[in-house]
Amino acid sequence: MDGAPVSAEQPLVALRGIVKEFSGVRANDGVDFELRAGEVHALLGENGAGKTTLMNVLAGLARPDAGTVEIRGDDTAVRSPRAAIDRGIGMVHQHFRLVDRFTVAENVTLGWHAPKALLRRRPLEREIARLSELYRMPVQAGRPVWQLSVGEQQRVEILKNLYRGAQVLILDEPTAVLTPQESLALVDSLRRMAAEGRGIVFISHKLDEVMAVADRITVLRRGRNVATVATSDTTQGELARMMIGHDLPQAAAPDDRQAGAGVLRLDAVEADDDRGLPALRGVDLEVRAGEIVGLAGVAGNGQLALAEVVVGLRPLSGGRVLFEDRDVSGWSIARRIGAGIGYCPEDRLRHGVAPTLSIAENLIAKSYRRRPVSGRLLLDRRGARRAAAELAERFDIRGADLDAPVASLSGGNVQKVLLAREISADPRLLIAAQSTRGLDVHAAEATRRLLLEQRNAGRAVLLISEDLDELVRMSDRIAVIYEGRIMGTFPAHEADEEEIGLLMAGRRP
Amino acid sequence: MTSGVRRSLRATAVQITAVVVGLALGGLSLAAIGVSPYDGISSLLEAAFGSELALTQTALKAVPLALTGLAVAVCMRMRLWNIGAEGQFHAGAIGATWAALAFPTGSTLVLVPLMVVAAMAAGAAWALIAAVPRALWGVNEIITTLLLNYVAILGVAYLVTGPWRSAAGLNFPVTDVFGPGARLPALGGGLLHVGVLFPLVAAAVLLVLLQRSRWGFTVRMIGASPQAARVAGMSTARSVVGIMLIAGALAGVAGMVEVSMSFGRLRQGISPGYGYMAILIAALAGARILGTLAISFLFAGFVVGGFALQALGVPQSFVLLLQGLILFSALAGTALTRRPRMLGRPPGRRGPAHVAKEEPSTP
Ligand SMILES: Nc1ncnc2c1ncn2[C@@H]1O[C@H](COP(=O)(O)OP(=O)(O)OP(=O)(O)O)[C@@H](O)[C@H]1O
Ligand SMILES: [Mg+2]
Repeated sequence: MDGAPVSAEQPLVALRGIVKEFSGVRANDGVDFELRAGEVHALLGENGAGKTTLMNVLAGLARPDAGTVEIRGDDTAVRSPRAAIDRGIGMVHQHFRLVDRFTVAENVTLGWHAPKALLRRRPLEREIARLSELYRMPVQAGRPVWQLSVGEQQRVEILKNLYRGAQVLILDEPTAVLTPQESLALVDSLRRMAAEGRGIVFISHKLDEVMAVADRITVLRRGRNVATVATSDTTQGELARMMIGHDLPQAAAPDDRQAGAGVLRLDAVEADDDRGLPALRGVDLEVRAGEIVGLAGVAGNGQLALAEVVVGLRPLSGGRVLFEDRDVSGWSIARRIGAGIGYCPEDRLRHGVAPTLSIAENLIAKSYRRRPVSGRLLLDRRGARRAAAELAERFDIRGADLDAPVASLSGGNVQKVLLAREISADPRLLIAAQSTRGLDVHAAEATRRLLLEQRNAGRAVLLISEDLDELVRMSDRIAVIYEGRIMGTFPAHEADEEEIGLLMAGRRP
Repeated sequence: MTSGVRRSLRATAVQITAVVVGLALGGLSLAAIGVSPYDGISSLLEAAFGSELALTQTALKAVPLALTGLAVAVCMRMRLWNIGAEGQFHAGAIGATWAALAFPTGSTLVLVPLMVVAAMAAGAAWALIAAVPRALWGVNEIITTLLLNYVAILGVAYLVTGPWRSAAGLNFPVTDVFGPGARLPALGGGLLHVGVLFPLVAAAVLLVLLQRSRWGFTVRMIGASPQAARVAGMSTARSVVGIMLIAGALAGVAGMVEVSMSFGRLRQGISPGYGYMAILIAALAGARILGTLAISFLFAGFVVGGFALQALGVPQSFVLLLQGLILFSALAGTALTRRPRMLGRPPGRRGPAHVAKEEPSTP
């Protein structure tokens, strides 16, 4: 923190040495942060850098393990969200906390009693109208929330906090859910609030926006401060470098092996997400035999949809998916599995395994149709057991007995069950999504080794990860995805942290 | 496997305790209306399980309960709520009646299998009406199966007052009495008939199907995690239709047994709500196959024993209350066995509480 002591006036908020640990993970490791009246202060950092955690501490949602929270010079601990609100701190979360059935006005007052005045509708609605006018945030006070667009709901959240007298407004990735026009309007509203002397904390992964709205920027990495800089003194390139930090690790030896024929090809692929909004907007991508293609991107930019259209879990709305030169776009999931597409989904316990079934049963969940697991009509119990035991042995799955439910295994062993199942099916393409997330160092290393083995055995591997180091270390090529488009593809040994950082933030360098 | 055995032993102990508590509660409330609890409870148990005749009657009563119970339980295995066993039961009764009236042969060997097949087909077809929309478009099966119950019951009413009405029935809404070939063969010398074997055979087939067959494996996987099953390439639609067909056929056979043995003809009011009791039974049994058999036997005992209580001057409504108390305790016991935490362990994060629900698994 370079700015802190120099500031003449007292900061609105000063966080000092914040430490917050979650079961062994240091989400914040001695973070300092300062917010002045009248500024928009952006918080930047990769996924998992600790931005949300830090702001939760300020908003009374998380108790720090160490460090102090000072609000206008008063360092009494903030024990609850309520206490934070009373001291003028309001937070708008990425997932709104509104009651669908209630009107805008009801949501604004929900759980809040304005000092003294009895709750009357007219003055309340007048006040909402005034605030909405003042900050150019149109809302209709009488409409129930479920009828509103996402952007409008967000405005309600902001107004709710202003109505409660927030002097400090924290917005956690507010533009992730907005259209570009809505984002521009929001930036404008925030500037107005700041101009009145409020302090705004703005969390975003999009460098353009951050440059446009922020006065100062604090960059976090792995729970620590990297720097706090004035927006006018920095560039997007520098910010990207600071977020990713240290130089990227050495990429795997540049091609002494020859990647083979194309196995997977996406051709102008388009698809919608579960809410019907476009998740993929014309993706072109190729994965060849004997190579790992790493898909880099900030969480939620279409990675999941991309995996799902290849596997067959999500319908295409445009383009084609080619597997070994055949158009598989219309194929069923089972047919694609049969053709050799393997998939280790990101949400292991929901989509990967059936947690209440046994380890053995989960191990055979894809091979149960064939010998030796299946006889003609009935499952061959002994064959199934032997197959499961063999896999447990080969993939070093450690846990109770094979009849124990998968849910009883540790995360790393669940991942091994999944990998064992997929790899033993002898796929020609393996998609691994966030395969090391939540694993301890050893389990993560074992998982990486298995994936590298697959590549060396000539399989095509599509690796989806939010851990850039991991991607660079393991991949032959890296593709960067942003808002459903591939921003660029290049050999991993040419990867440059600034370039990747900018592409991930939506900028072509 | 050992942990599975220990789990089910503990579960059984809790269940037994729960039933004893329920009996105690029932005794207390009997005392409250001036009937000796001992007399009351013992005559209930006596009438239900105390003699060969009592056991026979209970076993006979258990047949429709067990078959419809299984019809609900297999669906629960796949997270489907089959509220329609009642309708499938009536459809089965219609199918069996059609066979009995259309082929009035005296030969049991010919007619009984014919009636069974017709009943299974009719019950399965009835379930299919709800299964297809559910499989294709996700139409909620709770509502469709429930509504189809009324249609099937009214269908019986229509047939017995209309096309199938007996000329010899003194204008009562009944069909002709079936011929001798339409009765299930007796088993031993008493009242027992081969119908009591049906639930046992059904249970054996279901166990093999679910635990050993390839298709059963997909059913269990879908039941355990629909999303994971989908990722593994299993077709939910096909399994939904399959399991509902099986359920319909099971409930249909129950309808056949009742028209064949209890009434000897088709008429209205052939079920006191077997299909609804079945839901309770399957839920109490945690959708386990053998558990469903056991609980339907107990349930049948309460129904049979209830009549004896009425003979002691206990009002019928009070008998129902008593049954309710005992069932409630049993249900509480089931809930307890599924939430080990409630048995004294401190509340923690969501643990594998749901794990205990599954049968000890065997690949
Ligand atoms: N409630 C929690 N329990 C356990 N771990 C947590 C919890 N909240 C956060 N973490 C962990 O703390 C670290 C920081 O998380 P945090 O949500 O603060 O990151 P972030 O910078 O907001 O990331 P993103 O950009 O993805 O929102 C991550 O490793 C995360 O997994
Ligand atoms: Mg966050």
